[in-house]
Amino acid sequence: MSSTERPVSGGAPDQEVWATMQASPEFGDLRRRLRRFVFPMTVLFLGWYLLYVILADYAHGFMSIKVVGNINVGLVLGLLQFVSTFLITTLYVRHANKNLDPLAEDLRRRVEKEDA
Amino acid sequence: MNLAQTQTVAGSPLLNIGIFAAFVVITLVVVFRASKNTKSAADYYAAGRAFTGPQNGIAIAGDYLSAASFLGIAGAIAINGYDGFMYSIGFLVAWLVALLLVAELLRNTGKYTMADVLSFRMRQRPVRTAAAISTLAVSFFYLLAQMAGAGGLIALLLGVTDSWAQAGVIAIVGVLMIVYVLIGGMKGTTWVQIIKAVLLITGAAVMTLWVLAQYGVNLSSLLGAAVENSPKVGEKLLNPGLQYGKTGLTQLDFLSLGLALVLGTAGLPHILMRFYTVPTAKEARRSVVWAIWLIGIFYLFTLVLGYGAAALVGPDKILAAPGKANSAAPLLAFELGGTLLLGLIAAVAFATILAVVAGLTITAAASFAHDIYANVIKKGEVEDKDAEVRVARRTAVVIGILSILGGILANGQNIAFLVALAFAVAASANLPTILYSLFWKRFNTSGALWSIYGGLTITVVLIVFSPVVSGKPVNPATGKSDSMLNGVDFHWFPLDNPGLVSIPLSFLLGYLGTVLSKEKANEAKYAEMEVRALTGAGAEKAIDH
Repeated sequence: MSSTERPVSGGAPDQEVWATMQASPEFGDLRRRLRRFVFPMTVLFLGWYLLYVILADYAHGFMSIKVVGNINVGLVLGLLQFVSTFLITTLYVRHANKNLDPLAEDLRRRVEKEDA
Repeated sequence: MNLAQTQTVAGSPLLNIGIFAAFVVITLVVVFRASKNTKSAADYYAAGRAFTGPQNGIAIAGDYLSAASFLGIAGAIAINGYDGFMYSIGFLVAWLVALLLVAELLRNTGKYTMADVLSFRMRQRPVRTAAAISTLAVSFFYLLAQMAGAGGLIALLLGVTDSWAQAGVIAIVGVLMIVYVLIGGMKGTTWVQIIKAVLLITGAAVMTLWVLAQYGVNLSSLLGAAVENSPKVGEKLLNPGLQYGKTGLTQLDFLSLGLALVLGTAGLPHILMRFYTVPTAKEARRSVVWAIWLIGIFYLFTLVLGYGAAALVGPDKILAAPGKANSAAPLLAFELGGTLLLGLIAAVAFATILAVVAGLTITAAASFAHDIYANVIKKGEVEDKDAEVRVARRTAVVIGILSILGGILANGQNIAFLVALAFAVAASANLPTILYSLFWKRFNTSGALWSIYGGLTITVVLIVFSPVVSGKPVNPATGKSDSMLNGVDFHWFPLDNPGLVSIPLSFLLGYLGTVLSKEKANEAKYAEMEVRALTGAGAEKAIDH
């Protein structure tokens, strides 16, 4: 790649270093920790969102049932979408801080040291 | 429109202009100060990567909460009730895609633009060109929507109904935006967005508390009052289906829109570019977290404002105003706090448009200068370091002029439609390509080209032949068709929003393009990309001034 493309920041590690790191068990562990969290969570929140959209789109009767005063099922489910979004955000940050960042930091140092 | 309405809507035009002028002066000072340290390309495109997560999170909220979000959603809720609320849910949930799958990995592998990531392990020139074209297309549709919205907003707030005068206002907005981007670069633009986000969210919070206070802080009584004041629709205001429940086709259309909204955000180039303005992936994560909380809370405010406008202003008065549904929030401000609050909210709405167009312009300019000029035309060997930034600045001027002209032509077009179009292109052409290149080892150049060009073409073609452009029945209220073109009908695609068809097809094209080509994925580059993405090794560092 050309020089403007990827400037040398602390010496760009060469191909061998990347490939070795990618094949290492620790990196496999990091990849697993990331994917095991984000993939199921994505399926979960997209599924829950689509369920909500389909209910709002096709189950008008159900969504119009009053729960308290003028507040109906549709409004409660809609507000629960906000709650679930905030909750998943918080859970992910906790997961990343605890299970991803320390390992990623460790591996980053190894890559950058090996290169130096 | 009669005189009485004009007066109600306009409040005091002089006051509105005065408050807006104050905003312009303050932001210009900030932009000039921010420009002092803008020297290199990383300064100009990525603000030296020196913003903190929270700062960038507020700026993202400023970039994302466009006039369509503020005026559009509040108006949609006031008129269509629950169906308007569903927009905000799609716009918010979409951020989880950005948080979980895109933001950090993109920050670690890219430099300035979306194309940096998409072309990382592919053949540079074809993929970069494709990604740049898609970036320019999305940014341009989004820009047109904002500029067209500026014209409508003026009609509403200053009582300027003459189309030449509106064109003049669009030109002023465009020139100001060029000044911000030219002088301030990404740093100046970011500060404009931060100031605007703080004003917008504070303004909405004040109005929300004010409305709630009138109903004893009881949401249920507010909803009851909104129903009472909307005799034509009554209870239906609180139930889904008022707007989209009419026929099987409109229901399908809603599903299509819902899909485009939730998958579009993480493919919007001007949002993606914001992740490069922070020093690390961890800060990129923090900025998305801040953005999610701010955007979510803001949409909760719009729920109260929308129903508040229905209850306190009433749908008849809103629809009779020059900006129709878009005038719900300003009219509510007038109802609550008279001319002063209206002036403040009007200025915030202007500021919103200005900040969003500045963000879009710098994205488009960066993509042209960095992707097309530096890497495709000059093949990555730009002789002098300032040349790329010089090209970016010139591009910003050209884009500014084009969007002024486009905005004048598009004045009066449906803003929500143009924004939905941008989201549909982003969800179809960009998101599949981003996800495949980050997570699918086998993905190759051919797959990337198929999903970008295929997604872009399908989306645009389906829109051109949709009822949005031609063939909607004549609306008895206006005597005109709701389509863009009147008197012709060449539509054959039944839905307004193409997402339901174009998004799955684009994912399929990316897959087919990959498996059908003989080209092997570049494994060495994939190893580098994956290790960089997950660990942050070799990622671009912040610039220390």
